[in-house]
Amino acid sequence: MTQRSHTLVVLVEDHPGVLNRVMSLFRQRGFNVNSVAVGHSETTGMSRMTFVIGGDDRMVEQVTKQLYKLLEVVKVTDVTGENLIQRELALVKVAATERTRADVMRLATDIYRARFVDATPDTLILEVTGPSDKIDSMLTMIRPYGIKEVARTGLVAMVRGTGNSRLTVVQDAVA
Amino acid sequence: MVATTPEESGAAPAASQPRSVAKAAPSIGARVLCEALVREGVDTVFGYPGGAVIPLYDVLPEFPSIHHVLVRHEQGAGHAADGYARVTGKVGVCLATSGPGATNLVTPIATAMLDSIPMVAITGQVGQHFIGSDAFQEIDITGITLPITKHNFLVRHAADIGPTIQKAFHLAKSGRPGPVLVDIPKDVLLAASELGAAESLDLVGYKPTYTPHRRQIRLAAQEIRNAQKPLILAGHGILLSGAMDELKTLAEKAQIPVGLTLLGIGGLDQNHPLCLGMVGMHGFAHANRAIYETDVLIGVGMRFDDRVTGRVSDFAPNARVVHIDIDPAEIGKNIETTVPVVGDARQALALLNAELEELRHDEWIESIAEWRRTPPYRPHANDAVLQPQFVMERLCEATDGNAIVVTDVGQHQMWAAQYFQCNKPNNWVTSGGLGTMGFGVPAALGAALARPDDEVWAVVGDGGVQMTLFEFATLVQEQANVNVVIINNGYLGMVRQWQQLFHDRNYSETFISQPDFQMLATAYGMAARTVTSRDDVDVAIEWAREIVGPTLLNFVVEQEMNVYPMIPSGGSYGELIEKGE
Ligand SMILES: Cc1ncc(C[n+]2csc(CCOP(=O)(O)OP(=O)(O)O)c2C)c(N)n1
Repeated sequence: MTQRSHTLVVLVEDHPGVLNRVMSLFRQRGFNVNSVAVGHSETTGMSRMTFVIGGDDRMVEQVTKQLYKLLEVVKVTDVTGENLIQRELALVKVAATERTRADVMRLATDIYRARFVDATPDTLILEVTGPSDKIDSMLTMIRPYGIKEVARTGLVAMVRGTGNSRLTVVQDAVA
Repeated sequence: MVATTPEESGAAPAASQPRSVAKAAPSIGARVLCEALVREGVDTVFGYPGGAVIPLYDVLPEFPSIHHVLVRHEQGAGHAADGYARVTGKVGVCLATSGPGATNLVTPIATAMLDSIPMVAITGQVGQHFIGSDAFQEIDITGITLPITKHNFLVRHAADIGPTIQKAFHLAKSGRPGPVLVDIPKDVLLAASELGAAESLDLVGYKPTYTPHRRQIRLAAQEIRNAQKPLILAGHGILLSGAMDELKTLAEKAQIPVGLTLLGIGGLDQNHPLCLGMVGMHGFAHANRAIYETDVLIGVGMRFDDRVTGRVSDFAPNARVVHIDIDPAEIGKNIETTVPVVGDARQALALLNAELEELRHDEWIESIAEWRRTPPYRPHANDAVLQPQFVMERLCEATDGNAIVVTDVGQHQMWAAQYFQCNKPNNWVTSGGLGTMGFGVPAALGAALARPDDEVWAVVGDGGVQMTLFEFATLVQEQANVNVVIINNGYLGMVRQWQQLFHDRNYSETFISQPDFQMLATAYGMAARTVTSRDDVDVAIEWAREIVGPTLLNFVVEQEMNVYPMIPSGGSYGELIEKGE
């Protein structure tokens, strides 16, 4: 089966330690997590976790079933391949001398629609949002100028239009 | 049992002066906990006191319907609760103090997790203002037990004790059963509180599927109809869901032979003509051959563990697989499934029986019977040296296969599985998934206290028994009706067997010395005998059966006997070793 990266949206009850439970499960079962983003969902008392994991379809099916065994996990949706809006935010501190500053700024704003949020005589901080591969691509382009620091949030995703990963969809326990 | 007074709680009266229960005393968390346990129908708790749980022990004498069994080590409490659960189907309860008391429960909790045993473990925790400070006897037991519990709780308010206990019991016994841990800080036990009314539980993220999908049942029935050589593999789920009758009906109606997993023993009477007995690494050759040849394999309440499958690519190579399990995560985990059926084994089999007409597979059944006619390996049948297989056969004969048999882990466990033809449900107690040495004696304690009118035999090795034999003291204190049988081969036998077969007889660290078991048991107050010859076996067994209270029989057996047949670890049926040189 082909390995590819999967995006899972997991809705969980907001109990202390729930992220720990989920991560412990991934660790214990040897599932490889590339990115995690956690925050509140549209329902009070529910958090939304977005995971990007690597593996074949069978592994993702196992991840999903194992996640459902956790008491706080209410819904797991594999949104991979759906018509998705995907976003990650990154702050990038890059070296910028008087000579290079204009180049960095042009590259970042023209192509990647980054914003500048701080500047010192030697550095710039840029803020960029987009699908993770856009951020990867920007980092590649910026790297020659000297990246000093990168902070990324991890990917969040949402299905476009009427397709959704909300709680109203009842879990079908039949494998 | 009379509780002795712990020094720390100076106010407590001496055991001889029964404490008068002051009616006006405001109720505290500890009392709420006991009331919640009583409400769950708990009659026995296996435990060990300590600082963090003193408030609980302080109120325990007010609850005479709860029999507290003082073990000698918390590991014993956990395994005893496990044994209690396995022979009753009820939730086993164990109790320990914070820190070292709690960590001593780790092995039994893991044992219960891997065998899907309903268990509630209650641990004390340091006061909440100490949590996170590495206080005396503080340990993060909910963190430690995250991967080995079905769920665990840290109770932060006394008002949550009642609802949490209710949830814990519900979780432990529903769906796929398992251990649940409830950690309660000392200040919560001491806080003023009352037990509220039981609530109707609505756990948003926990809705086990009991009734299988009708379409899946129809598909399963169709697979069975199309089969020439169908085979059922019956696991622990049969016993956990009480599907014994439904299994028998399916086997008879559709004429399908049944293989049992190690934990499925008791799911179908082994004297039943369609029962093939145990499958897997040390399963019967005819049963494993049937798996090799079957064209439709119906796994029910079992999880295709590697001790059953061997090398997965060669397991049931010709079979389409119907897998019935209450845990959807088991389906497709190890073996690719043709028809998945998620649901309770009893309900699934009942629906399947209603769906199916009578079928016959005479040729298939006859060919299995033919393989079975090859007599099983009986080493040195006339040898003067005592053979472990012989002891198990005689024990089976003496008890008609009706006693509760609790084993430890090793060769004796496999001989017990093979030669003690246990044929009653919930009479076979063994650590299958984790393979926990030291399990046998305390689990037998739990089994005997749960079913005091039944005969209980603990079959243990001379290695494993040394891991928890301090529980002899508890057997004596409780006058538990346990007959301990040591299959004494002077080795860590199962490891020695692997060393012999796969590591050039390099018996590194598997010769094990031992105390004089007979004297030791006598010192603890047990009636004990040592048996070295075939002629004395029956007499000794009868002698132990006559005695009320715990006994010990030390059978000194041939040292280098092996368990056969054997499929080497990760091997396939084609590599089955039928017998020794
Ligand atoms: C707690 C624990 N430690 C180690 C093992 C590994 N192990 C499996 S069987 C075995 C030997 C058991 O020896 P004994 O109790 O004498 O029984 P026998 O095999 O001789 O019947 C060992 C060491 C285990 N299963 N459990």
